[in-house]
Amino acid sequence: MLKKTPLGQVLGLGSAKAGTEHWWHQRLTAIAGIPLVVFLIGYILLHRGASRAEIVASMHNPVVAVLMGLTIANLVWHMRLGLQVVIEDYVHTDHTKYLLLLLNTFFSVVMAVTGLYAILKMSIGL
Amino acid sequence: MAESRNAERPLSPHLQIYRGGLTMMMSIVHRITGVALYAGTLLLVWWLTAAATSDSYFDMVQAVFGSWIGRLVLFGFTWALIHHTLGGIRHLIWDVGHGFALKDAEMGAKLTLASSIILTIIVWAVALGVS
Repeated sequence: MLKKTPLGQVLGLGSAKAGTEHWWHQRLTAIAGIPLVVFLIGYILLHRGASRAEIVASMHNPVVAVLMGLTIANLVWHMRLGLQVVIEDYVHTDHTKYLLLLLNTFFSVVMAVTGLYAILKMSIGL
Repeated sequence: MAESRNAERPLSPHLQIYRGGLTMMMSIVHRITGVALYAGTLLLVWWLTAAATSDSYFDMVQAVFGSWIGRLVLFGFTWALIHHTLGGIRHLIWDVGHGFALKDAEMGAKLTLASSIILTIIVWAVALGVS
């Protein structure tokens, strides 16, 4: 007899309560990151020496604003996953580990929200 | 916990037991560049925030990035970004089951390292207006 709830069966997770999601998201964001890095470097090179007005004007183009937003969101999700692994690999004291994992998430969320807010502010001229 | 470890029991082989090599160095560099880029995100978000704030604040941030130390950091950021991206592509190739033979892994490492340096120099040549 299978001692699992229907939800447990569907989720298919063992006692670790985690599956391949972390690994898979790391790869998804890695693949998405390739064109976005090309965009980011291209954008910065095209706007070298640009004034603030020119940067703001570039964000009025929805394609540029959306691509920059995707770059930030993808980068932040990827770096959070990555640093999580680094913390789990090297920090073995529980309270320090969980504190660092917490700070990792906080820092990532602050970076994402701040970056997206700045892009949105320039793009729609708040 | 390390202190509760039974000293009689053998440990699995760790870093110091292996002979160093190019692929090992590349693996370590991939992680180091990843952590460096984590901090680098702060620079990108800072720059975007400055652009969204005011002319004087933007000029101040541009002056920081334009100083010699700022440029040195950005140069390192550029190399780390390109190296980590190329290293990531190398990992993705492994993920689909290719390139595990020692010869291929060594070649991939050399290609990644050389390309990252060349691309970084090209990006900076363009950035500094060398044509």
